[in-house]
Amino acid sequence: MPVSDFQPVIGLEVHAQLLTQSKIFCGCSTAFGAEPNRNTCPVCLGMPGVLPVLNERVVDFAIRTGLALECRVNAKSVWSRKNYFYPDLPKGYQITQYDLPICEHGKLLIDTPQGEKLIRVRRIHMEEDAGKSVHDAGGGQSLVDLNRAGVPLLEIVSEPDLRDADEAVEYLKALRDVLVYLGVNDGNLDEGSFRCDANVSVMLKGSDTYGQRCELKNLNSFRFVKQAIEYEISRQVDVIESGGKVDQETRLWDVNKGVSRSMRSKEDAHDYRYFPEPDLPPLHVTTEVIEAVGHTLPELPRAKLQRFVSQYGLPVYDARILTAERPLADFFEACAERYPDAKKLANWFLGELLRLLKEEGSTVTSVRFTPAQLAELLGAVDQGTVSANAGKDVLAEMFRTGRSAPDIIAEKGLAQVSDTGAIEAVVDDILAKNAGEIEKYRAGKKQVFGFFVGQVMRAMKGKGNPALVNELLKKKLGD
Amino acid sequence: MQLTDLTMLELAEKLAAGQVSSVEATRACLERIQRVDPKIRAFLRVDEAGALAAAEASDARRKAGTPASRLDGVPVGLKDLFLTEGLETTAGSRVLEGFVPPLDATVVRLLREAGLPLLGKLNLDEFAMGSSNESSAYFPTHNPWDVTRTPGGSSGGSAAAVAAREVFGALGTDTGGSIRQPAAFTNTVGLKPTYGRVSRYGVIAYASSLDQPGPMTRTVSDAAALLQILAQHDPRDSTSAPVTTPDYSAELEQGVRGLKLGVPREYFAQGMEEEVEASVRAALREYERQGATLVDVSLPHTQYALATYYLIAPAEASSNLARYDGVRYGLRAKDARGLKELYSLTRERGFGPEVKRRIMLGTYALSAGYYDAYYLRAQKVRTLIREDFTRVFKEVDALVAPISPVAPFKLGEKVDDPLSMYLMDVYTLPCNLAGVPGLSVPCGFTKAGLPVGLQVLGRPFDEALLLRIARAFEREHDFFRRLAPI
Amino acid sequence: MALTLEQVRHVATLARLALTPEEEQRLSTQLSAVLDAVTQLQSLDVENVEPTSHATLTASLLREDVTRPSLPPEKSLANAPAKSGTSFAVPKIIE
Ligand SMILES: [Mg+2]
Ligand SMILES: [Zn+2]
Repeated sequence: MPVSDFQPVIGLEVHAQLLTQSKIFCGCSTAFGAEPNRNTCPVCLGMPGVLPVLNERVVDFAIRTGLALECRVNAKSVWSRKNYFYPDLPKGYQITQYDLPICEHGKLLIDTPQGEKLIRVRRIHMEEDAGKSVHDAGGGQSLVDLNRAGVPLLEIVSEPDLRDADEAVEYLKALRDVLVYLGVNDGNLDEGSFRCDANVSVMLKGSDTYGQRCELKNLNSFRFVKQAIEYEISRQVDVIESGGKVDQETRLWDVNKGVSRSMRSKEDAHDYRYFPEPDLPPLHVTTEVIEAVGHTLPELPRAKLQRFVSQYGLPVYDARILTAERPLADFFEACAERYPDAKKLANWFLGELLRLLKEEGSTVTSVRFTPAQLAELLGAVDQGTVSANAGKDVLAEMFRTGRSAPDIIAEKGLAQVSDTGAIEAVVDDILAKNAGEIEKYRAGKKQVFGFFVGQVMRAMKGKGNPALVNELLKKKLGD
Repeated sequence: MQLTDLTMLELAEKLAAGQVSSVEATRACLERIQRVDPKIRAFLRVDEAGALAAAEASDARRKAGTPASRLDGVPVGLKDLFLTEGLETTAGSRVLEGFVPPLDATVVRLLREAGLPLLGKLNLDEFAMGSSNESSAYFPTHNPWDVTRTPGGSSGGSAAAVAAREVFGALGTDTGGSIRQPAAFTNTVGLKPTYGRVSRYGVIAYASSLDQPGPMTRTVSDAAALLQILAQHDPRDSTSAPVTTPDYSAELEQGVRGLKLGVPREYFAQGMEEEVEASVRAALREYERQGATLVDVSLPHTQYALATYYLIAPAEASSNLARYDGVRYGLRAKDARGLKELYSLTRERGFGPEVKRRIMLGTYALSAGYYDAYYLRAQKVRTLIREDFTRVFKEVDALVAPISPVAPFKLGEKVDDPLSMYLMDVYTLPCNLAGVPGLSVPCGFTKAGLPVGLQVLGRPFDEALLLRIARAFEREHDFFRRLAPI
Repeated sequence: MALTLEQVRHVATLARLALTPEEEQRLSTQLSAVLDAVTQLQSLDVENVEPTSHATLTASLLREDVTRPSLPPEKSLANAPAKSGTSFAVPKIIE
């Protein structure tokens, strides 16, 4: 059977660290990169006798995410303990949600080559992160840092609705965009604040029973997600083709070798002994709270893109770039309020502004000029106060210093000359010096016209109003 | 009469009147500990310096006319399950030997703020798992009424220290009777408050949904005064009830006239020692004499409480005790080769037989394939047990019953038979499963001179009524004036 | 209900207890006796009974999302049986 006879089935589990100030059950900071165990206290160290108290913002963020993914938010959800031993799990159990998560039955639209596709979200639950172990610390030791222990996570589990690696990547990108838009997660895969495990199985096309699935871990970039899923699909097909059976197991993606390997042997199969967490009463969320959170929900990436296309008449391509990040989209809209030609504005954004940001390695939130100042510059270009080319230099200067366009134009003498008399004097001078070229032009060699324009502009240091230069030249050459 | 023979409130009165200083009272306790504790072995650790420093500070406050509380300066002891900042806390286990907490339990902080000098840490069954104090990894505590017998457990050290007048009062914890049963065994008063009434923060967990700290004293009035300090909502404990604290002493003397007291017939089952039953029955007649109405009631699921408890408590314990892994504190098997051995050898050596038994039982009850049949079923039966109480409290104001089916038994008598040891708790467990408050008050002695306790159970947050009912009995009998012959 | 030696060993692995053979033997007997006693619960009809996991039903207690001072690492590690710098040290973990 060729690979094309098989249908891959993929479901994703995403762990997203929440952008709270403090941890989920204690007051320690969630800041990344501190000295090991600098952000720890008796609660997140799992000392005897201490107790968890839930951070209200974690609940708020979970509800926001649930509403954005069109989930049902459960009026009652329950905390559970997931029991297992590991050095970075200080209590010997993780506080998580199991039977009754806070959100269920959601969905997310993604784009595929066949058009829009709806991916169902099975559940979203809150839980605490584990610490970090450094395995190769030397001296036969591993080192344990519990700064991350207790950082709040949302686990977002999709239904197995994805059918290939590209769809999986699309889903992840769309999900990440939503979380970042909501302000609940920073979307950072390489620092591990947005992590993904993939459940992959294959079945014969047309079959209605899923094959045995494997769980892939350590997929910390979109590229690895794609590579690992594709590798896993062909591995499972190979196993089946050679008459074998796929084992249910957890496999770790080896970035360097480009292969996955089995992580835990079966004899060590986990029995997590989940049971309701006695230290935390069930969480009750009222409809008033859910509605209040709903009112603060921002426009989501997909809706914003569609609105940019319809409201501003932008091509989808442009709209996609402008709405990729909420601050950029917001800045664009602030400018569009003050400058009516959205298409022209978009061109300045896509051409100049994004280039400047990229060169500086910064984001739109650190731009030093105001939307009003940008509108002022583009108005000046439209009115011919400054040429389009010089306008780019003005923008670069505004970007560097935050000074206004008129100031920069005045100081650098970039104002366009639109005084007919001044231009006429230069035109006359150029024509007087180039009698030979005039002959050629009049003999029918029309491209010489460009030569004259160039000469005039050079003499005027580029500041001549191009329309007037053209008009006067034509008049003088007797057209 | 010796200074240490005073009750907490009697001492407080003398402190307030300037007739005695807190330093004198604390020194008297320290001297008595030195003299009698070798026979009782209630203390795991005496904090002489800490207690005297607190006593001096208390005397300064009294002198300045600014006492921190009614009990400012009255020295007390703590079961070694309460975290004490800078003072070793072991839970009676090898696995925590040498553990010095960086924090105080909330109730320890409340006691310090109220000005009570803390004399030290009292012995207990390892991780509060036991009914005789014999599962302590260090040594068993002896009953001051008969040193060949158990003071009960798991707060046996606290009860014995109070009965032996080494401390004026103590804190215990009660998961299945661990305050009330040792109180009954030592002629002292023990109160298990409503679940959520007193903070569990910083109290080493045995079974989180059942554990509750409470006062252990020689008199009911002392228990009320001590509870007054402990019963505070704690924002560090998510199961702490956000309720206001009444004045527990206000209605103490109002008697029982007109009250309906339920007598649960399931609490007088076969197997109860005759003398114990006789004392309890006599106490019931006393209530009738004082004008209460006794009502025969039934709590039909009582017979299932033991099985329910011995599934739920070990299950929670198996998880609560997973943190003792040799990584961050406590014992570590230094010779372990690899991580798996680090865990399994540390835990094998750190835990005693009773703790291992319960960890094994709880792990089994939660494990794949058994959860529904054991743990989940037990939780459902727990609902039925709770409903028994809810129903009966529509009819009566409180319940009066025995604490233990037996008088204090001999040390070593039951250690090899866990099941018969578990049976000691049949009358105390239902209260924890239901979360209602329960109290033990001395109600007599056997011919051999062994104490017997009476149990009073009430509606959630009705501690004031329980204290009033117990006080009504105490006022007429003065059993508390009898001093243990030590 | 009897708990076999094999089951005792499996549970001990889950619980991370390196039991001695004598302990395995003893626990098999003692736990079987306890399990026998608890089979009594199987006779009750609990079909439509809600489980109780919390003794009292309190409202969800929430805390504000504000940071509070952590322990200084010296204090966090003060009881550590083995450490390196400000990290807890354990025998090398092999995945
Ligand atoms: Mg998870
Ligand atoms: Zn913390």
